[in-house]
Amino acid sequence: MIFPNELNLADLVVIGLLSAGLLLSLLRFWLGPSTPDRIIAVDTLSVLITASMVAMSLWFDNQIYLDVALVYVVLAFIGVIALARLIERGNQ
Amino acid sequence: MSYLGHAFMIIGALFCFLGGLGILRMPDVYNRIQAGTKAVTLGSLSIFLGVGILQPEWWPKLVTITGFLLVTTPVGSSAIARAFLKSGIKPWQKPGTPIQEIEQGLGQGLGQGQEPEK
Amino acid sequence: MDKGPSQFITIFLSSLLLWLLLAGSVQSEEIIAGIVISLIATFLTISRTSLFDAIHFSPLFPFYIFLFLASFFKALFIANLDMARRVISPSLPIEPGLVRVKTGLQSELGKLLLANSITLTPGTLSVDVDGDEILVHWISCPADMNTAIATEKIAEAFEKHIRRFLK
Repeated sequence: MIFPNELNLADLVVIGLLSAGLLLSLLRFWLGPSTPDRIIAVDTLSVLITASMVAMSLWFDNQIYLDVALVYVVLAFIGVIALARLIERGNQ
Repeated sequence: MSYLGHAFMIIGALFCFLGGLGILRMPDVYNRIQAGTKAVTLGSLSIFLGVGILQPEWWPKLVTITGFLLVTTPVGSSAIARAFLKSGIKPWQKPGTPIQEIEQGLGQGLGQGQEPEK
Repeated sequence: MDKGPSQFITIFLSSLLLWLLLAGSVQSEEIIAGIVISLIATFLTISRTSLFDAIHFSPLFPFYIFLFLASFFKALFIANLDMARRVISPSLPIEPGLVRVKTGLQSELGKLLLANSITLTPGTLSVDVDGDEILVHWISCPADMNTAIATEKIAEAFEKHIRRFLK
């Protein structure tokens, strides 16, 4: 058994919807005609991954995922700001 | 109480899914930021609320993550939208509507290039 | 620069709050360590922090913040439902356009809060802040939109609340 807690129907629905959201964003990253589209897809993916980590900390009953999610939010923000700076400067 | 927590989590996951759908369907970068990042942020908040109801002793961490997310996500979106606009990516407009004057829309602030550093 | 005691207390309390939230426990050792570290951080940063200059201190300050957050989350939820309707409907009913919004807020913190609120509400995305104007990408922007109407529709509701506790 991978999950220590019994998953009920609600958890399965949440897993399904979150995975669908992740897959759709990933599809945009795959298709994305230009670099900005891919950057936006990564930005959305990072927020989705944070939400998934928090939900996983509930399912695995392990608080460590919350700390990981906290650090992940800040790192994703720094990454997006760095990319924005790069685009803004690179054009001049 | 546990039903309430699960309900919030399902609503949140639904908004996350809609955000993914939005980012796939919208026609240009700015509208994708609108539909994607924002809906996903609300979805995450709702999931955090659901987890907080199901595990009440975790709320300090969840409040911290929520605070960071609420401050960082809009700043990131704005910064990246501004960078796209300055690098010359024009917003998509509905076919048939009069083309918006970029000079009028952007004003002087953008034409002058760099803003003074803080 | 001369900073009043309210500045000191604001910085100290926000550092301590962040410490306690990150520690996630209220044992006495944590609180003592938090107080010591927050005091050091406050003394080191108070001469260079201008962020909190903009706050109107009043006894009702927490209440005003609560009012702002309540109206903000209400607007967030309504706008998200509206965005969900647009995304689901097959014809994709959007009319995006750029519009300028005027704000009466003077301080950096106030403009930051207003621009962030506008950005977090789906349908409006603040792209640039320039003096007293915010450039907003709006998803339902008719061709004859002008600054006055846009200001009334996008910014008024948030600004009314922010103005009570920020300059």
